[in-house]
Formats: sequence, structure tokens, C-alpha cells
Amino acid sequence: MTRIMSTEDLIPVIAKLCMDACYHLSDNVIGALKAAYEKEESPYGRDTLKLLLDNAELASKEEMPVCHDTGMAVVMMEIGEQVSWVGKPLEEAVNDGVRKGYTEGYLRKSVYLDPLNRVNSGDNTPCVLHTEIVTGDKVKITVLPKGGGSENMGTFTNLVPADGVEGVKEFVLKSVLAAGGKACPPIVVGVGIGGTMDKTTLIAKKALLRPIGNRNPNQYYKELEEELLEEINKFGIGPLGMGGRVTALDVHIEYYPCHITSLPVAVNLQCHSVRQATIEL
Amino acid sequence: MENRTIKMTTPLTKEKIKDLNIGDIIELSGVIYTARDAAHNRIKENYENNRKQPIELEYQIIFYVGPTPAKPGKVIGSAAPTTSARMDKYVEMMLKQGITGMIGKGERADYVAELCREYGACYFLSIGGASAMIANQIKDVEVVAYEDLGTESIKRLKVEDLRLIVGIDSKGRTFQEEQVKKYKISK
Repeated sequence: MTRIMSTEDLIPVIAKLCMDACYHLSDNVIGALKAAYEKEESPYGRDTLKLLLDNAELASKEEMPVCHDTGMAVVMMEIGEQVSWVGKPLEEAVNDGVRKGYTEGYLRKSVYLDPLNRVNSGDNTPCVLHTEIVTGDKVKITVLPKGGGSENMGTFTNLVPADGVEGVKEFVLKSVLAAGGKACPPIVVGVGIGGTMDKTTLIAKKALLRPIGNRNPNQYYKELEEELLEEINKFGIGPLGMGGRVTALDVHIEYYPCHITSLPVAVNLQCHSVRQATIEL
Repeated sequence: MENRTIKMTTPLTKEKIKDLNIGDIIELSGVIYTARDAAHNRIKENYENNRKQPIELEYQIIFYVGPTPAKPGKVIGSAAPTTSARMDKYVEMMLKQGITGMIGKGERADYVAELCREYGACYFLSIGGASAMIANQIKDVEVVAYEDLGTESIKRLKVEDLRLIVGIDSKGRTFQEEQVKKYKISK
């Protein structure tokens, strides 16, 4: 059965997701920051975490952005194959929603139309849109406002198969160490292993969507996540790089089949304010 | 906390900041200015071409911040420091023109600590992402230059008890480096 949907109906929905993601941290994130506060031993680190928790509460109450860097909007859509669209082109409607959300929600306009001849678009469009066709007749939309602090610390490398899991661990740890306090820890570390260059970086970003505390269902990768999390928290970087026990809230690994000659790895970092909003239509 | 809390008022002369130590908590009041990548680039162009700067830089404090738009009835939207390391290349040029402090987040290149020692300046840490709370410590905002840059324009901020931590002191010591060492667990 075909389900007819209008792209116009997406505009207010995406606008609201942009605002919700920037104003309200999820219970999952608040819970993780509270647990970090309990665990942290550094007085500066504890003080920082307390401020971040107070800040999240204030932002939500006042409906103002948790962080001034309301990011470039990454919009991920899972579209059921039975859905048929009417109305304006999908990407145009999604950008209309982002424009509406960032304008009416008093969010920061942080997008340059050209990376070298830097002129601000004035309305935070375009977004980065990823669409995926899935089974069924539903549409799932996630908005991930991605700030520069953590996004700019992302890394990618092509290891050789002989580097193996030890090479992967070394690359992830090196990436987190280089990011230090600049990525606004405590961070969530999204790791993509396998695929081709484009796929590797995309699954590293998708890894950030998994709730904090949830492990990869594959036992091997679950254990690798746990090992990396423990190693990262030995670095001493701590909240905002002020020193401390909690540098990462979690490590999430996603993997994908790859070519016989390949072992690509991508690391996408997410700051302490894990801002995202999702809806299923 | 391990260190003292000190109330200070701008302008911060070299004399006022010379006894500050890394880890000191500062509650800063008075006038400070905002500038980020784009504004620094224009200041640099002025400097290299001997053009007059849009603001007097001597004894001033530069806050690396780009706020969100203010909601109706509010002075400013959310505001917190951006990553300072992006401005490292401009530090010497700014110090030569007399600024005495910078406010941002995150580690900086080693040469920034050396420059702070040489010029008797400080780098102050604010809390990245605590933007709703920090907005409450900003009492007045006026765009004073480069309005076309939007959030990146130079703004004069009037702050009250803006909470900062001394990240690099005028002796060239680095707070983050010392703290991270304390909590690092070696293999």
C-alpha cells in the first residue's frame, strides 16, 4: 500500500525538532552527566559538570539554546519504501523547516555558503541531509545540530589490514587525545570501522545517535567499546579539559563490511551536550 | 575549590593581573569586547596596513564568543566561549596592540603561554557550552564594528561577575596541562 505524504507537512515538524534539540537535553544525557558528576574526583571537573547541569536546566526552562553554537543541522531521515511524496522537492522542504526553526527559534546562523569565500547564508541553511530508504510506510526524522567545537576534531584514516584491532585502538585514542578539551568533554566518541570512506564517516556519525550506555549488540565490538572507554578515561583530560576522571561519557562503535584490502576508521566526536531530537511520522 | 576567588573590574592593566595564578577563579565585571575568527582577520588587515582599529585595544579583554540572537525582552541570547586554538595565530598581533587578556575554551598552542609571559597577559577559561548561564552574566550588548559579520561582529559587552578560571597566567604557566597531569593514569 502506498502512503501519500506531503513534504509541506515536514516543514513545521523539522522546525520544532531544531528548536527542541537546541533547548532540551534528553533524560539520557542528563542522567549521564549526573553520573559523571558523581564519579568525577577533580574539584574543577565537578564544578564544571555542576554548571553544565544547571545550565541545561535553565536552558530548558527558559527555552533558550543550551549552547550558543547551535551548529550546522544534520538531518537524518529513514523513509519507508511505501511512502510517496507530494509537494515541493523533499530537500527543499527540509531546508525550509531548518530555516524556520533557526529563524523563529532564535538559533545561531552559523553556515557559510562557500567554505573559502566565506559568506553567511543568513538562515543556517543548507542542512546536511542523509536519507535512507527502509521497509514499511513510516518516516523517521532525526535532527542533530552539530557544533564546530567537537565536529572539527573528527578524524579519518585508512589503516592497512595488518594494523588490525590494535591499529584501530591506537587511532581512536590518538584522536581523542589530540581533541583534548577543545571538543568540549565529557564527549561521546562515535567510531565507524569498515565500509568505504563515505560509509565509514557516516556510520561514525550514526554511532552518536545511540543512547549513552547502550552497547553494540555484537559481543566483540561491545568489549572493544568498553575497553576504549576505560582507556580514554585514563587520559585525565576531564570535563572541558580541566583535568579529571571523566573524559568520555561513552564510546559507540558501528561497523560495516569492507574490501579485502581495506581497514578504514573514522572518529566523530560529540560534545557533552548531546543535542538531538527525533520523531516518527 | 583549591584556589581563591577574586573579584576584578576592567580595564585589566598588566599591574592588576601580574599576581594572578593559574586556577584562580575570577569574577569579572565591566566592559569587554567580543571577537572571533572573522573579526580577528579584519583587525589583522588593519594592523598590517596601518589602519585605525575600530576599537581601542589597550588593556582590553577579548572574549572569543558568538552569541545566539536575543529573544524579545532579553539583552543577549545564549553565549559561551568558542575554541580558542583557532585564534592562536592572531595572539601576538593582538598583544602587540595592548590587549591584556583573552577569554575562551580549550588548550592553546605552546607559543601562546610563552607570549603571555612575554607580554604580561592572561588567558582565561570559561565553560564551553554553559551558554544559557553565562548569558545571565552579560548585562548589556552593543555592536561596535563589523555588523555585517552577524554573530561574529565585534560587540561591547558589559558583564557582571563573569566567572572565569585563569588558564594561562602572566608567568606563562598553563592550568590545563598541570591539571591533566594530576589525573592521568599511565599504562
